[in-house]
Amino acid sequence: MKTTGNGVAVHAERVSRHYEMGAATIRAVDDVTLEIRAGEFVALLGSSGSGKSTLLNLMAGLDRPTGGAIFANGKDLSKLSSLELARYRSRTVGMVFQSFNLLPRMTLQENVELPLRLAEVDRGERGARVQEALERVHLEKRLTHRPSEMSGGEQQRAALARALVNRPTLLFADEPTGNLDSATGESIMLLLKEIQQKLGMTIVMVTHERPLAERFADRIAALADGKLLTDGVKS
Amino acid sequence: MKAGDLSELALRNLREAVLRNSLTTLGVAVGVASLVAMLSLGVGLQELATKRLSNSGLFDTVVVMPRRNMQAIRRPAASLVPVKPDRVLDDDARNELAHLPNVLEVYPQIRFPTEVRYSGNPYSTVVAGVPDSARGNGSYDGIQGSFFSGPNADEAILQIEFAKDLSEQPASLIGKDLVVRYAEREALPPQSVAAGAAGSNAPDAGAGGFSIVPREKKLHIVGIVETEPAAGFGGFGSGRLLIPLEVASALRAAQVNDLRDAVRATSGKPVYASLTVRVKSPALVEGIETAVKNMGFGAFSLLDATRNLRLFFTIFDLLLAIFGSLALAVATLGIINTLVMAILERRREIGILKALGAADRDVKQLFFVEAGVMGLFGGALGVVFGWFIGRALTWGTNIYLHRQNLPSAHVFSVPWWLTLGAIAFAVIVSLVAGLYPASRAAKLNPVEALRYE
Repeated sequence: MKTTGNGVAVHAERVSRHYEMGAATIRAVDDVTLEIRAGEFVALLGSSGSGKSTLLNLMAGLDRPTGGAIFANGKDLSKLSSLELARYRSRTVGMVFQSFNLLPRMTLQENVELPLRLAEVDRGERGARVQEALERVHLEKRLTHRPSEMSGGEQQRAALARALVNRPTLLFADEPTGNLDSATGESIMLLLKEIQQKLGMTIVMVTHERPLAERFADRIAALADGKLLTDGVKS
Repeated sequence: MKAGDLSELALRNLREAVLRNSLTTLGVAVGVASLVAMLSLGVGLQELATKRLSNSGLFDTVVVMPRRNMQAIRRPAASLVPVKPDRVLDDDARNELAHLPNVLEVYPQIRFPTEVRYSGNPYSTVVAGVPDSARGNGSYDGIQGSFFSGPNADEAILQIEFAKDLSEQPASLIGKDLVVRYAEREALPPQSVAAGAAGSNAPDAGAGGFSIVPREKKLHIVGIVETEPAAGFGGFGSGRLLIPLEVASALRAAQVNDLRDAVRATSGKPVYASLTVRVKSPALVEGIETAVKNMGFGAFSLLDATRNLRLFFTIFDLLLAIFGSLALAVATLGIINTLVMAILERRREIGILKALGAADRDVKQLFFVEAGVMGLFGGALGVVFGWFIGRALTWGTNIYLHRQNLPSAHVFSVPWWLTLGAIAFAVIVSLVAGLYPASRAAKLNPVEALRYE
């Protein structure tokens, strides 16, 4: 697994993300320093508006910080070009969202294949990769189903398969159980834990549910008003 | 993203909003159809005019005369040609001219005044010799009756106005006979010839004298034409009674230049008042004209007229293209509108694509391909529509022409270059129209796009 060195997968160094709203400045993330070690399962915990999703987006290369630096894959993400950042998202990162974000017009197979198309993986290799990812989330028999034909839990598992299909080293999950009932949410969390343990993958998950974070994450980083409150072992 | 994947995704996106995209494509098709219809009309009319003029023999021929005979009609531009000694237009010169590159044939212009007797009445007119090559070049396409059965046939084709003089029902003249009375040159015996031309026995010899002997020739009427193709070119007036050139030549009728040549001392060989050099295409006329002048002859063509004709049609086509493009301009706005709407609708999808690793370039190319595909289909459909419009125009025009007792005409032409050009133009215009939406889609912030509901 590639790291930033010394087993560190992602390192945020005094990272800020400020927004200008008229005359006011919104400090969504403010001077946060955080280190995530390779193979770790870290939960970013906080209430709504705490800046946890913004920090996740910055680490996932979806957004750029207005201050500080984020090192991942040995590079400062804030200094990458738009194309390099897209490659980072494509080849190093897998993303899972609260609202699944599957493309409703595509079948499950097509949805999972999409990152392979974007990463320009050979067509001959794609079938096996899709199959492998779907087997990992136990959806290998739903290839031709569209998202609307699947339950919420199945959709999130499909989204997880899509996130894994390019064999990333970092998995970012933004409230992955937010739209699911507790039983289904737990099954997704178990799946994430299984993936972390089997593949040695680094997982950063945003959640506002402390019990979930305490049960599944190795480490909890709590945020409030854009600042990092605590970073350490579970209470 | 690879081209194949890009195309697949673009086509899938187009299929998803099939009604809106089809209507946009139809808009492009109507624009292209309008452009194709306008330009095809311009091209068709140009081809029609060029064909008619080309068939007339005015634009693919160079009239060659001895330079001394050209004084009256020489154009000022001729002074650019290097001055060569004057040459006599004899059989050697005719041979030399015939061997110039791109020359199809060289034949003498034979026109002479005559008196025609038909049904016991005399009619004055001008006889003109027609080369046998006129049979296949389309200049006699509108003939009533038929062309001469052979190059030596004692047959005549009448110009319609002359035919009307002979009979109130011109068509009834076909198959009838008439008699031509003309003045034949007959060479004088050598002893009566002026000094310097002694020994010449050539009947056409300019070196000797000749006497005029009235003769008659019976001719069978085989056809009637509206006008004589190549009428009047060369300054000898329009022929109203046309006969095969070889028959005209054998008559040895006295021509306009004979009196002038009779008083000039020459080598004693047969000379021609003028020769017509027919060239492979009007574009080659200029080169041949120069070559002929360099040989020491006077040469004359209607090159400037063809240039003006081309200039006229270039401007005409340009104006038609501008009017035709107006509809395409409106269609362009349709493409922009459709793609901007697609950005709004697919904002979240663009965010997802970017989150999954799509570069700005990929998103831009996706919209470009969608615009290009609409342009391609719209262009192809537009060419088909344009072709049908052209067929309808030709059909309507021919009905009108038919009612006016005029021959039908092909006023519409869709050459291959117009077909390919129109499709390429539609694709280019569509890509330009896609420029703004594609760039706007590519610049979308993925985080904001993902938040969009």
